[in-house]
Amino acid sequence: MTAPVAFAVERWTRASIVSSGAGACIVIVLAVGPLMFSDNAVDKLTTLFVYVILAAMWNALAGYAGLVSVGQQAFFGVGAYFAIRLSVAGFPAYPSLIGGAVGAAIVALPLSCFALKLRGGEFSIGMWVIAEAFHLLVNQDPLVQGETGMSMISLNVFSHAERLAYNYWLSLAAMIGLLGAMFALLRSPFGASVQAIRDDEEAAAALGVNVFAAKRTMFILAAFGCALAGVLWLATSVTFQPKTNFGVQWTAYMILMALVGGLGTFEGPIVGALLFFVVQDQFGEYGVAYMAGLGAVAILFALFVPRGVWGEIEARWGLRLLPVGYMLKLFGRAPPD
Amino acid sequence: MNLLNLLVQGVLLGGYYASLACGLSLMFGVMRIINLAHGDLAILAAFLTFVISDYFDVSPFLALIAVLPIMAAVGWVLQRTILERSLRSGMLVPLLSTFGLSIALQNLMFAQFGADTRNLDVGDLSFSSFDLGGGVIIPQLGLLIFGVALALLGGLSMFLKHTSLGRAIRATAQDPDTAELVGINARAVYAIAAAIAVTTVALAGALLAMRANFDPYSGPMQLIFAFEAVVIGGIGSLWGTLAGGIVLGLTQTCGAQIDPRWFLLSGHLVFLAILGARLVLEWSRARGGLGALLGSRR
Repeated sequence: MTAPVAFAVERWTRASIVSSGAGACIVIVLAVGPLMFSDNAVDKLTTLFVYVILAAMWNALAGYAGLVSVGQQAFFGVGAYFAIRLSVAGFPAYPSLIGGAVGAAIVALPLSCFALKLRGGEFSIGMWVIAEAFHLLVNQDPLVQGETGMSMISLNVFSHAERLAYNYWLSLAAMIGLLGAMFALLRSPFGASVQAIRDDEEAAAALGVNVFAAKRTMFILAAFGCALAGVLWLATSVTFQPKTNFGVQWTAYMILMALVGGLGTFEGPIVGALLFFVVQDQFGEYGVAYMAGLGAVAILFALFVPRGVWGEIEARWGLRLLPVGYMLKLFGRAPPD
Repeated sequence: MNLLNLLVQGVLLGGYYASLACGLSLMFGVMRIINLAHGDLAILAAFLTFVISDYFDVSPFLALIAVLPIMAAVGWVLQRTILERSLRSGMLVPLLSTFGLSIALQNLMFAQFGADTRNLDVGDLSFSSFDLGGGVIIPQLGLLIFGVALALLGGLSMFLKHTSLGRAIRATAQDPDTAELVGINARAVYAIAAAIAVTTVALAGALLAMRANFDPYSGPMQLIFAFEAVVIGGIGSLWGTLAGGIVLGLTQTCGAQIDPRWFLLSGHLVFLAILGARLVLEWSRARGGLGALLGSRR
């Protein structure tokens, strides 16, 4: 007989308490950003928030539900299109934007019944075809005038400074809201089943996890999140051009950020988005050479660092900054009663 | 517009799609990989053919004698470096690494060749045609491409069926571990299958460049066409791939007849409809077949 091993299950480690507190402080500082920062900084931070949303949403799909979608630009574009349609129908600008994202999530619901039945690579390219079909259907709308596109005129009632600040706040709120929703989801019993699917889908199914329901929740969350990112992008650029808004490069960015940061970790995609933001800022001007480099980075990470930057850090130091799982601590010997 | 002529054009276009799709079908059948850089490899071969025929001032057909072995080597190296390692780490990684390869290839080609669209000059062949009367006109190039597609699919399926290497490939596709037990080197078989697949892709890329314009970013659309043909025809069957290519070609040609903007869209919609129908069939089969389901209503 072996002596019973003493253990403790921890959720909040000291590191995670400190970092969550620090995260809350950062959010408070960011919340008053437009009052303190320069226009340029506000604009760039808005872009960063959109990147974080994109990375986190692709991670929700691939990292947790095991779904590699090459078609998330479907929701990015369709959200923006719905927003334009709503604003043309007479709704004010910002409600139209939110309505557009909700509309894309509603489209995702019936779509999920179809798409989630596809396996592996079939799902990947199937989603891509769906995105292409959405793109071509939107092109048929006489309002959009094919690839010419159109502007969201209702945004012009705001001054440049006002629009900058509102976009910033909306992006920040969307990012915090989506990350918060994912955090809450992953910590709930549902989160346990999603993480079980991430680790081994068949074993999870054998243990009674409703794999389809879990995947569908992640699919719709990711669709809504990508659509939110799409309408935020529309809000900053004002123009809607089908070729840009439905471009596969959005999904390429998502894949890259989530992969480099760390698939299947909560913090990883945030790290990936930060890295991507810095690299884009520094090297974006190099154009094609830069894009080719990004492709090479994706290959190298997929082959040699599949856990990503954050996954490696977690594995090496057992660091969890935002606790979505549990830590099992084993003590060598049972403590005396 | 003459309906018969429309059908002929659609079928000929389908031949091109079948030639493009057979490498994708082979790779998926043997290695269970969907190579997301499939279309970009076709474009790479098109550029290679263009450069060689331009540099040596020879016909593109002659240039293919050099291009095909080079692309076979590319396939072999691709398998040994990227795909083999990806396969070891599960389902997701091959998709991620080949997607990265696709982005890298497109932009490297852009850096090298710029944004200009090009095509391969095949002289009179590109506009000569046979007039069968009654409004049916068969372009010679289209007929040639269809013939190449037939030869490619026929040759490949004969090769898989009747040669010892073909049998080794089929055995490895079914179960690589068991194949190794009977003395097959699965690793070598995978590399050979990848080399063959990329050679067929290269041929399709050259055919594309003869019949239409291409640029460094044409690859993703070719991947989608190839994939649509494979899925419409039923995964795992080479002759099914031909049927799938023809269905796709017919749909696009007829769609474009209604409205030129419907060329691509009609193909996508038929693809999605067929996927949907397949899912319904699978769902009903799990419940005792469509007949049982319909019968139970009474």
